[in-house]
Amino acid sequence: MRYGEQARWLVSKIAGIGVLIAGFLLAARLCFGGPADPSQIPSIFKPQSTPADSIFRLSMLVLTITGAIFAVVFSLLVYAISKYRRRGDDDGREPPQVYGSNQVELAWTVIPVLIVLVLFLVTARVIHSIQDAPQPPGAIEVVAIGHQFWWEFRYPALGVVTANELHVPVSDPSHPTPTFMTLSSADTDHSFWVPRLAGKTDLIPNRVNHMWIEPHETGVYLGQCAQYCGTQHAKMLLRVYVDSPEQFNRWVQEEKKPAVLNGSAEQGRQVFETTACVNCHAISGTVADGRFGPDLTHLMSRDTIASGAAPNTPEQLKVWIRNPDAIKPGSLMPAMQLSEKDLDALIAYLETLR
Amino acid sequence: MFSLIVAESAIFTIFVVAYIFYIGKSLSGPMPKDVLEIPIFNTICLLSSSLTIHLAVKMLRNARVNAFGLWWFITMILGTIFLVGTGREWQHLIFEKGLTISTNLFGTTYYSLVGLHAFHVTVGLIGIVLAMIFTVLGKVEPAHSERLDVFSLYWHFVDAVWVVVFTVVYIIGR
Amino acid sequence: MASETIAITGATGITRPISERLHDWIVTVDHKKLGILYIVYSLIFLVIGGVEATIIRIQLIVPHNHFVSPQVFNRMMTMHGTTMIFFVAMPILFGFGTYLIPLMIGARDMAFPRLNAFSFWMTAFGGLLLYFSFVGGNGLYGAGNAPDVGWWAYAPLTSRAFSVGHSTDFWTLALLVSGVGSIGTAVNFITTILCMRCPGMTLGKMPLLAWLNLVMGGMVILAVSPLTAAQAMLCIDRYLGGHFFDTQAGGSAVLWMHFFWIFGHPEVYVLIIPAFAFLSEIVPVFSRKPIFGYPVMVAATVCIGFVSLSVWAHHMFTVGMNSYANSFFTITTMAVGVPTGIKIFNWLGTMWGGKIQFRTPMLFCIGFLFQFLIAGLTGIMLGASPFNWQLSGSYFVVAHFHYVIVGGILFALFGAFYYWFPKMSGRMYDEVLGKCHFWLFLIGFHMTFDFMHVPGILGMPRRIYTYEPGRGWEIWNLIVTIGVVFQAAGVLVFVVNLLWSLFKGEPAGNDPWDAWTLEWTTTSPPPDYNFATIPVVHSRRPLWDLKHPEDPDWKYE
Repeated sequence: MRYGEQARWLVSKIAGIGVLIAGFLLAARLCFGGPADPSQIPSIFKPQSTPADSIFRLSMLVLTITGAIFAVVFSLLVYAISKYRRRGDDDGREPPQVYGSNQVELAWTVIPVLIVLVLFLVTARVIHSIQDAPQPPGAIEVVAIGHQFWWEFRYPALGVVTANELHVPVSDPSHPTPTFMTLSSADTDHSFWVPRLAGKTDLIPNRVNHMWIEPHETGVYLGQCAQYCGTQHAKMLLRVYVDSPEQFNRWVQEEKKPAVLNGSAEQGRQVFETTACVNCHAISGTVADGRFGPDLTHLMSRDTIASGAAPNTPEQLKVWIRNPDAIKPGSLMPAMQLSEKDLDALIAYLETLR
Repeated sequence: MFSLIVAESAIFTIFVVAYIFYIGKSLSGPMPKDVLEIPIFNTICLLSSSLTIHLAVKMLRNARVNAFGLWWFITMILGTIFLVGTGREWQHLIFEKGLTISTNLFGTTYYSLVGLHAFHVTVGLIGIVLAMIFTVLGKVEPAHSERLDVFSLYWHFVDAVWVVVFTVVYIIGR
Repeated sequence: MASETIAITGATGITRPISERLHDWIVTVDHKKLGILYIVYSLIFLVIGGVEATIIRIQLIVPHNHFVSPQVFNRMMTMHGTTMIFFVAMPILFGFGTYLIPLMIGARDMAFPRLNAFSFWMTAFGGLLLYFSFVGGNGLYGAGNAPDVGWWAYAPLTSRAFSVGHSTDFWTLALLVSGVGSIGTAVNFITTILCMRCPGMTLGKMPLLAWLNLVMGGMVILAVSPLTAAQAMLCIDRYLGGHFFDTQAGGSAVLWMHFFWIFGHPEVYVLIIPAFAFLSEIVPVFSRKPIFGYPVMVAATVCIGFVSLSVWAHHMFTVGMNSYANSFFTITTMAVGVPTGIKIFNWLGTMWGGKIQFRTPMLFCIGFLFQFLIAGLTGIMLGASPFNWQLSGSYFVVAHFHYVIVGGILFALFGAFYYWFPKMSGRMYDEVLGKCHFWLFLIGFHMTFDFMHVPGILGMPRRIYTYEPGRGWEIWNLIVTIGVVFQAAGVLVFVVNLLWSLFKGEPAGNDPWDAWTLEWTTTSPPPDYNFATIPVVHSRRPLWDLKHPEDPDWKYE
């Protein structure tokens, strides 16, 4: 095959594959409707917080360097396999037997070493800037404890205990209010990963880890557990609500209060307090003081239940309490074996926990 | 045999690392300095057995089969004394001091490390006993000295490991 | 050039009963038969592991799918990883080594033939033990189940408290047993290569496959032992009440991670180095030139062997080590990329100026070159610790390591199959089917593993049995799953080709590729004794010297 034919052959193969891929993408797009709401995509390339920004900038540099290496070596490989292929009119003689070349080998050793050095120095700076960042006076402190399969969040300085949905204030560069988190676990290993806010850090039993976020824009940021922790690792979801300072303060004030005592739900409260619910759950201001499961004092302030596995509606709550395996098979919440009447009363009570 | 020794060294290294990592980290229970007595006699026996096995093999290479048999026998005795001594130490620790493998981190790492070593001594001793039986039956000849030399490498390795274990457990760890 | 064969009276013309021939295979200590046993064993498990992967992908094709329960999914992902690493990749590479090393160094068998057999059967038994867990696991619900703790079996998930029943013990014991087999094989490789080379074959003249398997053997004895030790500790924890990884008693979960990855990282180099060996034998033959820079290839491999022992905690960047530790492991990880990258350049240099023949083995090797380049570069990305904090535990990592293992190692293995199949069986495979296999598998591989990087970047963690809609992950998972179909088709074509060619292929002759190393001097398949007279060599390519007496290698080396 001569050069022109070769090129046509190569191009036609690539074009064919490209058409195949385009076809699939089109078909899939048609199947799934339009693209997802961009703000709900937890992409590491859409950072909204200082540590995520640093990582993003580093990643762009790394991608540029590796991309350049790829382009060079890829081109050389393509050139080699097309130029040095055996032609149809080959004379059968062996090509010149070359054993090596000291200069070439030296060059292609030294250049990668230099690249590695540069990459490493830049990376080391980012490592230090993130891991050794000092905690400013305005920082919010959160203690996060991982459980199978939910997140416990405590704000020791503010007297708040909640679960699964983390609220933090947006940080203003002139008066920074980042959130510094202390991480540990009550059982197995977990990992806190909200890509748009920071890289992940593991929650390990008998070990205390630290991380921080400094969000720039309000909104809801999605994430989930990123270290296999057991059967329901997949549904240990995370929602981080970055509030304006006023919203955050309002939230804190509400969360600090003990449970609302509402007479109309007395029957449900009885059900709660006389069954096994109190062994695992806490509702502040009542006798319920269990630590195994999430704190329910302000259950209705959350958008989801079961660590994001279902929306927080009365119907879903009912399904969850009647049979948790229907929503999250393998979760550690037992089916409560309540009668329908008791269940309805209980839901009515839980609905009052704003 | 060298490759095997490298592999076994790696295994022992991991157990030693675990031991060192957990020094002082037990949450409760007997601590090393409360219960450990330095096994000087045992150690002397085991380390001498390296010398005696070396002598034995040298005798065999020089075709002095009877002398070989004698030194080999002494090696066997010394190795057995070491194992018996370890057994007695453990009996003392378990029944009188209440330290078992599940008591605390110290118990776990101690019995694992010393036990792994003792297991290797046992395997070596089985080999020595087998060779002893063959010697008594008159089947061992100078031509076999190379094989026994290779085997003695294993025995030297076991002794060298004991030096490390001894240092880590009875000197550093206390 | 035909080698002399010694006539064995009574050996021809009589077909022995099948029971006798089977018995022969079971009690054999012949390295060639053991090599084939290893390879066939691995191929069977390759299919089983592939089925597990298919189940995983079907479950993930759409969000909130109900193809399998989370419990089954978690078992599938654990078994898929464990099977592929320990009962496909390791045995098949050991198998090729066992078959080829004595032939390539001019020996009649390995140094310890009985140890060879023992190691194979230990590995085989380990695999059967692992799969017995499906019926014998005796979990809480008594129905028997396979381990579901992930192939790294992180503590404390593996403690009695969190892993009830015996499923974890099957994982531990199966790997302990096969680990003994691996160490035995490695000891055999090292001893054979160091002690049994034919006259004239100094260390500097032996084929690169021998060198690389030597380095691999050294790494196995250093790396598998920590896993054995850690698993012994896990057993002590689970059955003797030990506290090695018992966080409630002050034990450390991170200690298990360190021990596991001290094994785990060198392990992946144990897997890739034999793949490099295949490339280093096949690319020169089909480029019609010697390997470019033999001494540097050896030095680079030894370098990789050493440096790879110091990079393990790049699997633990998110564990909360301090910034100095993270920086240390970043530099070592990036450093190990240098000798590895150099090898790609050397293979490029081998092809440069040559006359490349695009036979099936070479096609797979060319695929390897492109794919290993990409895999290495994504590895550098993952080595940058802060970037790793985003990418680790996500589908980006899954894409990266599958790129190395499937796009790299498996492609090299397919190349090796097609290259040495004529020698092992005496028959040529069908070239059209071979090319068909290549293209199908290439398309499937890229569909699956190129696009798999994207969900990782978009925040999708790994080891999840389902995922939420609306996060932008659906379309990528769909494409990834569809790629499986092409890969399966490719493997099917491969198996058909293998079986058909075994019975109906053209006779191959001694040297179908016009190659240069010693195995091509024997008949195909080689006689039991390999060589009637032990050869004497003067250069790295003894057959080149014989075929080109006017221009022998030893004048230039």
